[in-house]
Amino acid sequence: MAKVIKLCKGLDIQLKGKAAETRLNLKSNGHYALVPDDFEGVVPKVVVKEGDIVKAGDALFVNKQYPKVKFASPVSGKVTAVERGERRKVLCVKVEADKEQRYVDFGTPDLDKMDGRLVFEHIMEAGLLGYINQLPYAIAAIPGRPRTIFVSALRDKPLACDFEYEVMGQEQDFVTGIKALAKIASVYVGVGKNSKLIGQISNLDSVEVAVFDGPCPAGNVGVQVNHLYPVNKGEMVWTIGDPTVVLFIGRLFNTGKVDLRRLVAFCGSEVNKPCHVEMLVGEELSTLVSNSYDADHHVRIINGNVLTGRQTTKDGFLGAHSSEVTIIPEGDDADEFAGWIMPRLKQFSVNRSYFSWLMGKKKEYALDARVKGGERHIIMSGEYDRVLPMDIYGEYLVKAIITGDIDKMEQLGIYEVSPEDFALAEFVDSSKLELQRIVREGLDILRKENA
Amino acid sequence: MSFLRNYLNKIKPNFEKDGKLHAFRSLFDGFETFLYVPNTTSRNGVHIHDAIDSKRIMSMVVIALMPALLFGMYNVGYQNYLAAGTLASASFFSVFFYGFFAVLPKILVSYIVGLGIEFAWAQWKGEEIQEGFLVSGILIPLIIPVNCPLWILAIAVAFAVVIGKEIFGGTGMNIFNPALICRAFLFFAYPSMMSGDKVWVADEQIFGLGNTLADGFTQATPLATVGQGTNPIEAGTSLCDMICGFIPGSIGETSVIAIALGALLLLITGIASWKTILSVFVGGALTAALFAGIGSTVIPWYEHLVLGGFAFGAVFMATDPVTSARTETGKWIYGFLIGMMAIVIRVMNPGYPEGMMLAILLMNMFAPTIDHFVVERNISKRMKRGGIK
Repeated sequence: MAKVIKLCKGLDIQLKGKAAETRLNLKSNGHYALVPDDFEGVVPKVVVKEGDIVKAGDALFVNKQYPKVKFASPVSGKVTAVERGERRKVLCVKVEADKEQRYVDFGTPDLDKMDGRLVFEHIMEAGLLGYINQLPYAIAAIPGRPRTIFVSALRDKPLACDFEYEVMGQEQDFVTGIKALAKIASVYVGVGKNSKLIGQISNLDSVEVAVFDGPCPAGNVGVQVNHLYPVNKGEMVWTIGDPTVVLFIGRLFNTGKVDLRRLVAFCGSEVNKPCHVEMLVGEELSTLVSNSYDADHHVRIINGNVLTGRQTTKDGFLGAHSSEVTIIPEGDDADEFAGWIMPRLKQFSVNRSYFSWLMGKKKEYALDARVKGGERHIIMSGEYDRVLPMDIYGEYLVKAIITGDIDKMEQLGIYEVSPEDFALAEFVDSSKLELQRIVREGLDILRKENA
Repeated sequence: MSFLRNYLNKIKPNFEKDGKLHAFRSLFDGFETFLYVPNTTSRNGVHIHDAIDSKRIMSMVVIALMPALLFGMYNVGYQNYLAAGTLASASFFSVFFYGFFAVLPKILVSYIVGLGIEFAWAQWKGEEIQEGFLVSGILIPLIIPVNCPLWILAIAVAFAVVIGKEIFGGTGMNIFNPALICRAFLFFAYPSMMSGDKVWVADEQIFGLGNTLADGFTQATPLATVGQGTNPIEAGTSLCDMICGFIPGSIGETSVIAIALGALLLLITGIASWKTILSVFVGGALTAALFAGIGSTVIPWYEHLVLGGFAFGAVFMATDPVTSARTETGKWIYGFLIGMMAIVIRVMNPGYPEGMMLAILLMNMFAPTIDHFVVERNISKRMKRGGIK
């Protein structure tokens, strides 16, 4: 029987516009692009030129520091552009898809006869290693043997695409993916309550399943690591917070192809008909997003969920780890009067000076993108800790990062966190600090320092 | 409301850089953000935010102080009429408004001086106005005797804001509670205005209300009576008066009931930590019981909790999140020690009949140390796990 870990801290934010369990049949317009920024910590070196013909699975760019770490094209077709921004930073590599898709054949080796090294190289060769993240530093994995591998098969951020729903019919790929990972190092899989996956994977060799029962961020892989087997200085673990990556790996071993299909929840209070849709990583969003919301006021289109996603536009491309495309009101014309005293019944707050605590846990809110206050020094105490179910003093860690105290950051456990673990803290923070940015900067400082 | 918004939008350019009123930018910003929630949207990180902000929090604390303030006003009038012996013939309104007019100038001086410095400082630093002084500005008039002269108050407020807060970097960075710094300044710089038995009852007529008391009129607080070794109950003050607050004392501190109403709001909204409040009372009760047991103090433990500034300090001062302990374990220790120290100072130091202010200031100083040890435990656990080498 799987170990059950009960978490009390955290917060489930109920938002309007939950995706219905229907699948929209979307025909792609053929525009694709892979965005290096989706892979944290990767400085890309583009290995294709404009006009090149690629197959699905051919590398578009590689990690400049570790050129063996490739990033595969999601489709076959012609490279139409390598877009660069300031200081020639690569923004994206665009590919125009062929009508008939051709795949690089990586073969279907027998997993049982492979050792960890071979499996690792197979994943790296197919351009999938970068989809796995690592702790410390919360960056895309680089070559090296992880101590353990953590997979979170629980998506619990607001409006998230339920992985249990996504995996239906693809259980075999999931099992193969986990099996492959278990060859490299022992694997911990964190699942939600009543998960149907437990039975499928709990009997595999060197795989341990743990049930996480609690509010968001119980599904954060970093939180799960902290409860299962915390990371110490000098150790490296792989974290797969986006369980679809396991499906990518499973498909690679089952079919020999790089197949980056994923289910996306199209959600948010502005979306007229929230639903699910199957898309490829890097697919242009315009076919999905156009005409799906009222354009008479400003909206914010988010590649991902409302806590950790990136703002994008209609012409953006589906992010590598985006399991949602969310549209919420921008709210920059809200002009809300006297917020310091009004009841503001449409607003959600964990603070009981508003009334959302009396409205029940099921009431859904349509929140906009306003910060709703000015940035201040940290005033209230204990705010972060209430939504950070880790054995870490979040506020002290954040202060250590702000003051640039490297020793303190190490002592307070910066190697165990990733920015997403602080997303809820950033939501509830009455001082409105940009905690995810701060944590990312702290991680970058240490990565540079320890390099 | 859109006409107001339009008007603000119209005059806004004047306050921006190179506008002719740029010197008042911080003032305009302050008012604009109070009238309307800023429309700024998030640039990175989370896309949605909780509706709480520090304006809301500070406003809630100010609201929580209203019962103590209103009762304090009434009690100022009550004490004056009582001392003159004309209480029976005075109407409720004349009693209240006498107190109102006696207290209002102190609130105005506190806010005008304090906020003036805040605005000027924010303008100088190019920052937004911080709301912290909204609370300090109302706390200060509540913890001084009614006869404190306004000019002295003005100096003390300026001292508290500049030395107690701004030089540390503003709200959130200060070590000591600014309102208590203000009171401590008054207490040590102008002791004759802050203690003794001439300062607790207003003695002048205001707008024809109230009574001018005889020149030599004196009235000691019950705590001062305790200091002299007499139980105030024997001196004619009933326990009911002490709980309801019909006793001389600093303006807002006398009524336990009014303070409890404020405490209720703070606890429901979760703005004040129940751990701190509870542990202050536990620490005070145990210490007072101990002293009463060995006969060092003439009153039972519960009278120590209802007299003087104990309840007010526990609810509104000790819970200041900035200057109190910030870890949950630390809050228990911090509160307990405040309660203990307050009673120790009261009982063992004949010079100071009241110990709450000094106890809280002392623990403000040690709060970071308490937290340090709490956090250190977490760190050493991590190191034992095999982390830092």
